[in-house]
Amino acid sequence: MTDTYLNLVNTGLTKKLAKKLGLPRPVPLVRWKPGQPLVAGPVLVVGSEHSEKDADAVATTLLEWDLDVRRTVEPGQRYAGVVVVLTGIQHPDELGGPVLSVGGMLREQLAPAGRVVTLSRPAVADDAPAVAAARQGVDGILRSLAKELRGGSTGNGIVLSDGVGVGAPSVLGALRFFLSTRSAFVDGQLLTVDSPAGSVPQDWERPLVGRVAVVTGAARGIGAAIAETLARDGATVVVVDVPAAGESLAQVANRVRGTALQLDITAPDAGERIVEHAVKRHGRIDVVVHNAGILRDKLLANMKRDRWDSVIAVNIAAQLRINEQLLTSGEFTHEPRIVSLASTSGIAGNRGQTNYGASKAGVIGMVRATAPLLTAFGGTANAVAPGFIETDMTARIPRVPREVARRASSLQQGGKPVDVAETVAFLVSPAAGGIVGRTLRVCGQNLVGQ
Amino acid sequence: MAAPRTNSTTPSGAPRPATAATPGTTAGVPGPLAPRRAVVVGGNRIPFARAGGAYVRASNQDMLTAAIDGLVARFGLQGERIGEVAAGAVLKHSRDFNLARESVLGSALSPETPAYDLQQACATGIEAVVQLTNKIRLGQIESGIAGGVDSTSDAPIAVSDRLRRALLDLSRARTTGAKLAAVAKLRPKDLAPAAPRTNEPRTGLSMGEHQALTTAQWNITREAQDELALASHQRLAAAYDAGFFDDLVTPFRGLPKDQNLRADTSLEKLAKLRPTFGLGLSTPATMTAGNSTPLTDGASTVLVASDEWAAAHDLPVLATFVDAEAAAVDFVHGKDGLLMGGAFAVPRLLARNGLTLDDFDIVEIHEAFAATVLSTLAAWEDEEFCRARLGLEGAFGKVDRDRLNVHGSSLAAGHPFAATGGRIVATAAKILAEKKAALDPSEGDRPVRALISICAAGGLAVTAILEAA
Repeated sequence: MTDTYLNLVNTGLTKKLAKKLGLPRPVPLVRWKPGQPLVAGPVLVVGSEHSEKDADAVATTLLEWDLDVRRTVEPGQRYAGVVVVLTGIQHPDELGGPVLSVGGMLREQLAPAGRVVTLSRPAVADDAPAVAAARQGVDGILRSLAKELRGGSTGNGIVLSDGVGVGAPSVLGALRFFLSTRSAFVDGQLLTVDSPAGSVPQDWERPLVGRVAVVTGAARGIGAAIAETLARDGATVVVVDVPAAGESLAQVANRVRGTALQLDITAPDAGERIVEHAVKRHGRIDVVVHNAGILRDKLLANMKRDRWDSVIAVNIAAQLRINEQLLTSGEFTHEPRIVSLASTSGIAGNRGQTNYGASKAGVIGMVRATAPLLTAFGGTANAVAPGFIETDMTARIPRVPREVARRASSLQQGGKPVDVAETVAFLVSPAAGGIVGRTLRVCGQNLVGQ
Repeated sequence: MAAPRTNSTTPSGAPRPATAATPGTTAGVPGPLAPRRAVVVGGNRIPFARAGGAYVRASNQDMLTAAIDGLVARFGLQGERIGEVAAGAVLKHSRDFNLARESVLGSALSPETPAYDLQQACATGIEAVVQLTNKIRLGQIESGIAGGVDSTSDAPIAVSDRLRRALLDLSRARTTGAKLAAVAKLRPKDLAPAAPRTNEPRTGLSMGEHQALTTAQWNITREAQDELALASHQRLAAAYDAGFFDDLVTPFRGLPKDQNLRADTSLEKLAKLRPTFGLGLSTPATMTAGNSTPLTDGASTVLVASDEWAAAHDLPVLATFVDAEAAAVDFVHGKDGLLMGGAFAVPRLLARNGLTLDDFDIVEIHEAFAATVLSTLAAWEDEEFCRARLGLEGAFGKVDRDRLNVHGSSLAAGHPFAATGGRIVATAAKILAEKKAALDPSEGDRPVRALISICAAGGLAVTAILEAA
């Protein structure tokens, strides 16, 4: 639905007024369109002490992508992106240099819809305390910096596990995703790359060519956007929804030139029927996106059994059963990808959503434990946790809480279904093979939870 | 990966060699192809709505387009050039002279898909299947979509003949005098619209009154009719519950299931309804709104193809469309009942194919009225009728009730006239595929067959044989 406030603070007299009053001024986000350049301007690459080699490697990669790469902050120069390489950092003392050099250019020299991306390593128990402190420090810097950015700019971090180089496919994939407008509503997030698995696609613009993807709950909203985005990226798409939603499901199928499968995902044989349809009609099954979900909100004190059970059945139990049938089918073996829809309610909790929160937190646990089962086939399972997304579902929230929810993020607005879809498309791409069992938030850096 | 969607007329890209005739050995030019089998790939329909119900503002074109688009979505036919689309409606606006083609143009199919309209009363839908499968068998097309649609809610209303003539005269008149003369002939009563009627033009009787005569002739009881109606509702409801229609029906305008379906009806409820037909006869009136089909809106489509086309598109093959036979009875002079055409067509069809009623796993007899089905069954069991009217040596045979309309029929689903044929063919084809897959190994690879009989206005009937592919 229309964000009236966003329109008001970006037009005419009300724009001036909002500025004078110091009101939140969200700007319309730039979304990706095929043919758009990866980054619309020069990209600054800076590195910390002990990270010079990695910084050079990143700069070389960006040059190979035909980007205008700069290594120092030049006076008066505007930058569309900033990559801060902190992979070799040894002590918190080393953070100040690179971070402050970026800080000095943020206000005047970062273009609107600019991108800041950090590359760092995770702090683990085996680290020397100073190393761990420095590494974990990146987390605090990134999340705080992202909250300072304005004008639709975002800050995100890539965390490279041990043994993962800056040239690993998933690091490259994540770097492209965070630098591009595909990640318009992803902000303040640190995404871990677990392994060097995955492959660089032949064509970054159509990484899913030759892949067959199944999207549940695809008749409308986020599911329909996921189907459209996967099809745009080259996939053959099977759209699934309950028979009662068949009319809009057929329209989505015809838009994406895929096939419609009317199916209740809670059916005991739903997974088998999905595999059968995909393999018989399209020859294979590579990607399953568990998007179907329901809400039955009630305070726990008033929660009835049926409201609890139906949410668990649709939002998590069905996914578990379908995954089991995918894994035992013998067909889900070509670098398979599962992406499941979690929610910020599953991370931070939400009043009245114990059932929903249980199911969505359950999804986060499920992908963590499912991903290792797929690595033998070059596969992964990950989750996407949307925050406030403008859909038919959130349009039914009463006006005042809806307005509060919209502004309660660094980007000060709700996301669009396509923002979730772009993130799903990244996670199912060949390049994301090294991202194993993670949950990526698409929330504009919503204030709740981590 | 999906096979490339090609527009070639044959999968091989070139006509197969003719085997029916060889140049030089017989007179004339050989046809493009020898007869081959035509198969049912699947179907799609929208739920059927009661007249004045969910589709009250939907036109025939809206509904047929939706039914085609649902079929396209199910089978991934976006942008596909189908060999031919044949569809029709019984109640049709004159502006819909190209209904099938206009619906194709509004659908996700390739705009280069040819289409034509046809009309054979309530047999329109099945006749579309007959024609397209014949073309496939002859090699004229590789794929086809047979469709049917009807709206009693958006039925055409005509002006009276006198008003129509006056308006036409007026449009031709050149002078003021002539114009005035054209208008002056009109009388107030001429302005009343002429509502569409389904009464038989030659007898003036409604279909229900005609059936009431037949019902009385065959002594069909109220109880037997109500039992058949109950079975229809219960079986259709059970099929929906089992998900049988998940890949046969696509919701339309918010209606997920057939609006006429009463899953909770009972013999008691049906017994309470007052008779509506046959009230003027000397025998007791037995036909009620519960055991007669209501006026309905809806559309259906069936995807038919050659084996080669289906294989090239990675599509399933449910059943072979084996053969069909039409019949017509002389109801005008009261020789036979208006809706008894099926009783005559089926014996001829089975004789030609060397089959008996016992050779069929399922029998689908369109439930125009419960009594229509029961009269047909009674006629086939009646030795005298079969000898005298069908020319057989004895009774034609008996149809077990557990093979008859196994997932319900028109009494429960409703009957949008031209859409019924497509509904029955797609339903029967899917049942056959399921039965074939579930055959006990001890039964070997025996044929699994369906018999379809659809009666129509004008004393017509079209019947057909399907066999699991």
